[in-house]
This record gives sequence, C-alpha cells and structure tokens, in this order.
Amino acid sequence: MSNSRHLPLWEVFIRSKRGLNHKHVGSIHAVDGEQAMQYARDTYTRRSEGCSIWVVRSADIVASQFDEADSLFEPADDKVYRHPTFYAVPDDLKL
Amino acid sequence: MRQTACLEFILRLGDNALINAQRLSEWCGHAPFLEEDIAMANTALDLIGRARLLLSYAGEVEGEGRTEDDFAYYRDVRDWRNFLIMELPRGDFGFTIARQLLVDVYDYQLYQQLLHSTDQTLAGIAAKTIKECDYHLRRSRNWTIRLAAGTAESQVRIQAGLDEVWPYATEFFRFDAVDEEMQACGIAPGLTTAAQHWRSALNRILAQTGLHEPAQAHSPDGGRQGLHTEHMGYLLAEMQAVPRAYPGLQW
Repeated sequence: MSNSRHLPLWEVFIRSKRGLNHKHVGSIHAVDGEQAMQYARDTYTRRSEGCSIWVVRSADIVASQFDEADSLFEPADDKVYRHPTFYAVPDDLKL
Repeated sequence: MRQTACLEFILRLGDNALINAQRLSEWCGHAPFLEEDIAMANTALDLIGRARLLLSYAGEVEGEGRTEDDFAYYRDVRDWRNFLIMELPRGDFGFTIARQLLVDVYDYQLYQQLLHSTDQTLAGIAAKTIKECDYHLRRSRNWTIRLAAGTAESQVRIQAGLDEVWPYATEFFRFDAVDEEMQACGIAPGLTTAAQHWRSALNRILAQTGLHEPAQAHSPDGGRQGLHTEHMGYLLAEMQAVPRAYPGLQW
C-alpha cells in the first residue's frame, strides 16, 4: 500500500438520483482521471449509491483557510435582517 | 443428448467464472494499493455472481435437485470443467493482469455471442453479464497499457505474465462435440466468430502497447475433461474447506 503516496489524490462526488446535486463522498488515489473514475465507481457506487460521478484532483480545489474564517464568516453572524424571520407566517403553512 | 451437452456447456461457463473469481479474490488484502484492492475484490464478486446464476441454472437443467452450492462445494477436481488458465496460481500483479486480459477479451466476445442464444435463460444471463465484461475488459486493458508504458520493471513483468499465460488460451478455441452441438442448435451461436474476434481484439491491444505476441511454447489441454493442473486440488481445498467441514451449516 506504500505506493499510494506517489499517486495523486482525487475527490469524489456522487449524484445519488437524477435531479439531486452531486455530493462529496470521499477521496481516492489514482494515476489519472480515467483511473480515478474507475476507482470511484468501485469504491463508492457498488451498492447502487449513484447515477453520476465527478472526480476532481484534490490539488485543484481552492479551499478557504482556517485563519481566514473570522473575516469570511463572522460578519454574517450579527446581520439578523438577512434572514427572512420577520414575516408573519400563517399557522397552517408547513415549513 | 441435447440436455447432457447443454448441462456440460453451462457448467463450463460457471466453473470458469467461479475459479477465476477464487484466484482474483486471493488478492484481497494483498493488492498493490487500497483502491486496486477494492477494485479487484469487486471484480471477483461480479464473477461469483455470474457463477451463481450459471451453476443454479445447471442444477435446473440437470433436474436432479443439485443447487449452486452442491456444484461449487461438493465436486472434486476431476468434475470441474474450467479452463486451466483460470486455476493457475495468482502470481505477481503482472501475471494476474495478463491472465485477466486474455480471459476478459474472451468473455466479452463469448457473451456478446450468447446474447443471441436460443436459450432464454442463457441469453438473459448474457445480457446481465456483458455489462460486467465490458467493465472488466476496460480495467485489464488499461492496466496492460499502463504496465507496458510504465517502468522497465513493469514492462518486463507484464510481458513475462503474457508469455506464461498465452499458451493456455489455446484451450478457449479447441472445440469439441459439446461446442459443435451447442453452436448447431443455436444455444451457443457464434463460437467460431468469438474465436476470430478474440485474436483480432487482442492483437489490437498488443499493438497499442508495444508488447509482443508470445511464442506458443506448448498447448495445454484438458481442463474441460477434468484433467487439471496440480494447482487445482489446493485451490478447491481452500475454497471448499468450510462447507465440507460443516455440511449444511447456515448462518
């Protein structure tokens, strides 16, 4: 299993049903896109979990950094007016 | 007579699938890396599924109440009909891929023809199987190309694997009375066509890889007559140990 560290890492996204979004399910190691697709299929869809697969190189994902969290997300916390919570909702409306 | 030949033919198909599955599943926990481990075990499970369908159907055709398990676990070496290539020890990864390549091309061509079988059950099994064959072949072809284009060592190993298994493929196309009858009555149409396609499909793949067609050093034969290699007894001993030690055990 030591070879894995030489193979690129890929993130796997599966669409479980037509109409739903692709969801991240995990990651795998593979040489290229074609092999990544096969391993994604064998690892994540063998119990009919999906009808579509995306694989993307983990290195190609731009991720937010932990130390940016304050500036990215905190400003949203004190703006309650961004949530539509001030409408009167009829009693029989199911949310 | 027709029924005997039909039973024989179905057993051959089922035995090939099961013995190949047994060898492939020996890789479980030993493959070069985790993803490939899962993929190989997955392929083995496909083959076990195919073997179950075929051996169950063999029991039906025979009509003596034997089940898939009876065929799988309570037959001795001489009763098995698989090609010798299936039972050869798993060897290294290059050998396993070389064997899978020859077998996968063969299966793909064979089940392609069985889609048109006049036997509805067999045609149905072929329709289910051909999708798996397509995927298995994609895997073994890709790996052959990768190994051939990889390092000097991977190139040597895939060629060595091919050299070793190549002669065993002659068994695929040594037709006997059973094949003739199955072909004539349409239960297994196009066996001859499958043989021709096997060779051309394989040559196309080899041409892509720069691997050379091995010499036909010897012509092994006998698997379908129950004359197996010395490896077969050990394989069965392992595969059948539990049901034989605890007959009829349920869990």
